[in-house]
Amino acid sequence: MSENIKLMQGNEAIAEGAMIAGCDFFAGYPITPSSEVSEILSERLTKKGHIVIQMEDEIAALGAVLGAALGGAKALTATSGPGMSLKSEHIGYASMCEIPCVIVNVMRGGPSTGNPTLPSQADIMQAKWGTHGDHAIIAITPSSVNESFYETIRALNLAVKYRTPVLILTDEIIGHMREKVVIPEKDTLEIIDVKLPDMPPSEYNPYNYTSGKVTPLAPMGEGYRYHVTGLSHGETGFPTAKMEVLQDMQNWLIDKIYKNIKDIEKYEETMTEDADILIVAYGSVSRSAKAALSMARAAGIKAGLFRPITIWPFPEERIKELSKKIKKILVPEMNMGQIILEIQRAACNSTVKGLNIVNGEPITPDKIYSKIKEMV
Amino acid sequence: MPKTKTKFDYNKYLRKNTLPHIWCPGCGDGIILKSLLRAIDGLQYKKDDIVITSGIGCASRLPGYVDFNTIHTTHGRALTFAIGMKMYKPKLKVITVSGDGDALAIGGNHFIHAARRNIDITLIIFNNYTYGMTGGQSSPTQPYGSYATTTPYGSVEPPFDACELAKAAGATWVARSTSYHAVQLEKLIADAMTHKGFSVLEVITNCHISYGRRNKMKSPVEMIKYQKEKAVPNRSAQNMTTEELAGRFKTGLIYEKKDSLEFAEENYKKLALLKQ
Repeated sequence: MSENIKLMQGNEAIAEGAMIAGCDFFAGYPITPSSEVSEILSERLTKKGHIVIQMEDEIAALGAVLGAALGGAKALTATSGPGMSLKSEHIGYASMCEIPCVIVNVMRGGPSTGNPTLPSQADIMQAKWGTHGDHAIIAITPSSVNESFYETIRALNLAVKYRTPVLILTDEIIGHMREKVVIPEKDTLEIIDVKLPDMPPSEYNPYNYTSGKVTPLAPMGEGYRYHVTGLSHGETGFPTAKMEVLQDMQNWLIDKIYKNIKDIEKYEETMTEDADILIVAYGSVSRSAKAALSMARAAGIKAGLFRPITIWPFPEERIKELSKKIKKILVPEMNMGQIILEIQRAACNSTVKGLNIVNGEPITPDKIYSKIKEMV
Repeated sequence: MPKTKTKFDYNKYLRKNTLPHIWCPGCGDGIILKSLLRAIDGLQYKKDDIVITSGIGCASRLPGYVDFNTIHTTHGRALTFAIGMKMYKPKLKVITVSGDGDALAIGGNHFIHAARRNIDITLIIFNNYTYGMTGGQSSPTQPYGSYATTTPYGSVEPPFDACELAKAAGATWVARSTSYHAVQLEKLIADAMTHKGFSVLEVITNCHISYGRRNKMKSPVEMIKYQKEKAVPNRSAQNMTTEELAGRFKTGLIYEKKDSLEFAEENYKKLALLKQ
């Protein structure tokens, strides 16, 4: 059988990935450079019999997604920086109430309105810290159209598995570029679906903070009547101010992600075995970094590349290990220096330098190569 | 001999482990809660089929006390969750409870758009003219000239009329009642829930603690009396002049438009056509 190969745009790949993963609800609000996700789903997800709704604002879009998710939907929304700022309120709610959902942020920079049609990676720290209060988040940074497709499937799986919001951070370059995608047969993919809990309603608690296992979220309207609140709550879902419960709840929100980091983290290494200098790059910048790596190797410089695909939780253990033998690390980013802070923390005995270009131009291989030469 | 009514058993619907509630003694919200439960019981809806969403504030604590599918959401956004739920599972009966600040200030945008879409959700606005939970700040329904902690010299803002706003924005069933008119309230809630489309019921309720004390009605009795005296049945209001209606509010069914297109149903009709 011939492979099903399609030429498509990054935003389209997200829409296609969502559909094959079983996304059955989308709510959005128009914003450049992510609008294609909502336009394509408006045309195609509806043909599969599923609701696509354009809400009155960004906050409402995520609110509707969470309402549907509590009904059992695998729900998705897409936006860009200014929309993420507004959605922060409900990202916190989704974290607190452990409601699965996927939020796509096609990054365009800022602060404020920024440059709607230019790429950026300036929302990396916002992804982790954007909403108030302590919580953990999963965020994924695909670097190609093909990866946008597969990582959207993984994002929906992780959202259901860990009952958490999952962010997909692409940028204007990945979102709008066209590349080939190999569309797989659905039955070859691992798809995690929303299920009813194993226990009967009388024994169901919507949360569990101490067993280490994620309680499945019972879809509402199926006999499992429970309460959801953004107030600090116990395992029954009702508000509480009991000190020991508050501590358990906060620990759990962090632990369920960080204690499962081996399952959640994903990265790619190129020529790190013998490297003297390591480039750490993600998203569209990692493509230039790969080209710069070839240039360096051709010139006899032993460079390597570490590319986080899951950016949060950050794969700091691996960076720590690599930094034991690689003492020079270069972090090119289309922001003023964000993920570099994590690397400096993990690789505290190495020299870590940034290459930060935020003029709206992609960071070219030449610029990364020049910086490598300077550091060597 | 008048027929003796058997006492209504609220326990059937209350989550006793979450009681006592947080409302102050004498608060009108409990009367609305009880009216809601009687209305639901009368309609014989299954508990599993009812979803109640709420925002933030005193009124929005209601869902925690009742044994349905309940979602206490973020400030002003309860309708957005309700819309997501109703659109995904249209078979469910979705109710949103909200205060005046929650529904009309921070949630004003969601309110008018839910009305515009005419989605089959019942919104009950508990209007106590103030932000009770945070201690009595000015609200968008606070009467002109009245006092709040943030309008210590009297409000100079005209208030919203929630019912007129709902009607203008496209809601197809609009009514008002008070926590004094408990019998009428039960009937109106039942009517709102059986109406197909977006139904808005504004209930004037008393917050003597945060509002009444600052406005010469420091006891619940005085506030309940205010509700009784200022209420004008909508039918009687038709024959009254603007001067006669000043400082009073209309109660009962204010507006109803039957057989208008309902948002969830229209969407599913379209989806069915696309699938063929």
